[in-house]
Amino acid sequence: MSDSLILRVITKWLVPVILLFALYVQFHGDYSPGGGFQAGVIFSSAFLLYALVYGVEATSRVLPEAVLRIGASAGVLLFAGVGVVSLFKGGTFLDYSALSDTPLAGQHIGIIVIELGVGITVACVMLLLFYTFARTIPPQ
Amino acid sequence: MELLTVLLVVIPLICAPITAMIADRRVAWALTLMMCLALAVISAMVLNDVTTGKVIHYELGGWKPPWGIEYVIDSLNALIAVIVAFIALITVIYGRKSAEQEIHDSQIHLFYAAFQLVILGLMGMALTGDIFNLFVFLEISSLASYALIAMGHKRQALVASFNYLIAGTLGATFFLLGIGFLYAASGTLNMADLAARFDDFASMKLVITALLFILIGLALKAAAFPLHSWLPEAYTQAPTMVTVLLASTSTKVAVYVLIRMLYQVFPQAYWEEMLLPGFLMLSGCLGMLYGSYKALCQVSIKRLLAYSSVAQLGYMIVGIGLNNEAGLTAAIVHMFNHAVTKAALFMAAGMVLMRLHTTSLDKLRGAGKTMPWTTGAFALAGLSLIGVPGTAGFISKWYLVQGALAQGNYLVAGSILGASILAIMYVWKIIETLYFDGSDKLHVHKVGSGKQIVADLPVATACCYLMVFACFYFGLYTSIPLEAAQTAVQAMMGNGGAQ
Amino acid sequence: MTTYLLGHLNYWLIIGVMMIGMFTMMSSPNLMKKLAGLSMFQTAVILFYVSIGKVEDGTAPIITETATRYANPLPQVLMLTAIVVGVATMALGFALIIRIRRAYNSMEEDDIHLQIQREELD
Repeated sequence: MSDSLILRVITKWLVPVILLFALYVQFHGDYSPGGGFQAGVIFSSAFLLYALVYGVEATSRVLPEAVLRIGASAGVLLFAGVGVVSLFKGGTFLDYSALSDTPLAGQHIGIIVIELGVGITVACVMLLLFYTFARTIPPQ
Repeated sequence: MELLTVLLVVIPLICAPITAMIADRRVAWALTLMMCLALAVISAMVLNDVTTGKVIHYELGGWKPPWGIEYVIDSLNALIAVIVAFIALITVIYGRKSAEQEIHDSQIHLFYAAFQLVILGLMGMALTGDIFNLFVFLEISSLASYALIAMGHKRQALVASFNYLIAGTLGATFFLLGIGFLYAASGTLNMADLAARFDDFASMKLVITALLFILIGLALKAAAFPLHSWLPEAYTQAPTMVTVLLASTSTKVAVYVLIRMLYQVFPQAYWEEMLLPGFLMLSGCLGMLYGSYKALCQVSIKRLLAYSSVAQLGYMIVGIGLNNEAGLTAAIVHMFNHAVTKAALFMAAGMVLMRLHTTSLDKLRGAGKTMPWTTGAFALAGLSLIGVPGTAGFISKWYLVQGALAQGNYLVAGSILGASILAIMYVWKIIETLYFDGSDKLHVHKVGSGKQIVADLPVATACCYLMVFACFYFGLYTSIPLEAAQTAVQAMMGNGGAQ
Repeated sequence: MTTYLLGHLNYWLIIGVMMIGMFTMMSSPNLMKKLAGLSMFQTAVILFYVSIGKVEDGTAPIITETATRYANPLPQVLMLTAIVVGVATMALGFALIIRIRRAYNSMEEDDIHLQIQREELD
């Protein structure tokens, strides 16, 4: 949408950095502040920035709405799936300790997969919301 | 058995995203049907297991309560789960045609996904023993139902849904604030733990504030009398399937949470001496008289039934306010009976809507001759709504009047009688229009002229008659709801809240 | 008296935010402002939770060698959920408002009610 060269160039530089930071917040959330919610929002903000500068159409060629819809559901499934796996392994629902041989390793695996599910869903839903609302405004 | 209880929540949690992913209406319907079938079987097994007075505990994630979230299933919430699961099952079978007619093809899988989320939320609210978890499930079911109501095909549905959103979120936020006060006073969110340690913090003023906020929030959700204004429009404008499900389950679950809060989290002795029981009875009595009167004034069948729901909720609130065993039993049994009755009535109304594209009474004069089965269902289920002996509605009203008389509260008994007379009048109003008004004025076929008339709805009619049959069956053989209710009431009243 | 007022400063502020939200929600006929009021009301409750989780001299609830007292992490975790619920509510509310505006060509409650009444009469 913007014709400013500075904005366009800076956006191209910033998007990968934001995505990388989102991944850091996502996967380091196990040891430090962070986690799926925050990472999902940061991840989607990279695409929001891109959409604001280059337009929603250009963004939806990278991430089509259909993919986002599936991603939003898949994240929830991943979350529920961890719970079901722990049920099958003899624990209670969402009992991470049952996921691996030792409870500690199980807790690690559990929290990382769960947060991944949360992150995917949050990122997809945030972008979907943006697409939905942005499309109601006629392009200038 | 412990494993089965958590499946009641896990199955919809898995089914809903799958349904949302697969954009095919037949698959969506089939998945919803399978899910409801599974839930119905499991909930029936659980209810059968706990009616003896046994209580099932399930610790999520292996964390011990009061730190972790636990699901506690006694005979009361097993009964609620059974109501939700069975009504949902029959609604899904009934509603296939109506959903195809009312919902756009590209949205229908999302419609079913949201439908499953409502069931997930209601199930979670019923089963959880953690008060914050309850709030989360409350919001899941509410958000999904706002979206579902907005899918109604008239544009008024949008406004109805928006008003429900404002009222519902306000209620949920009040509830959240109440939980916050309770947590500040006690430091725990587990209901059983709250009840067990209640005496330690009962003297704090915070607790009264918490009780009031929780009550107001839940009353908004349950559409108790002065806070009911969102209900009639929301039920009138929603798609048929949604009306059937919400009218017979969602407010009941809110009333269940009210009972849980008043008789388990806050001990009876704590609020008995306050104005609260009187206030509940006042709200209930005014609600049933006002709701019945407004129902009598309506022209649209759907809106008439919605106002009658406000009235019927009044009976439940009175039952809670009476604060004796008969009253509480009546409230719980009435939840069950009213769910069955209202489901039958809204199913019949939905069939009228599907066939004639209107539920306005002035356009339905003499329709009884052209649609004998549909109108027959109205008449029979109407009997149960009035509370004619031999029907389900009679049992709960009988207990309620007994409860009122045991307290010597003739005003309440009189109100119940008055509301029942009004119920006779508004049910008669429907029957009179359908059967006795001359069809010479406006023949029923002309209504649908130019529009497609769905000639026969055998499956929907069968489902409707199943519910009508249930109205009579549970009027004659009362053991299932009554035993569950009595076990629950004894557990709650007998030993002052401890599980 | 002054110490009482100052000691409960967080509550006064929260009550203020809450009342502003409630008032906007009830008094404004504009649907958008109603939703904004609702959002403020929810925010006040979130602030309330976070402020009751505060522990005197407590640091952020992450285990380190130096700190001995931590703030209560539970209210913050609960509010994370409540914020997500709030976002979902707002998104749904906005979507509804957009569709209402398209259907009625208005966002004012009075105007919409007039149109509904006219519809009912037909």
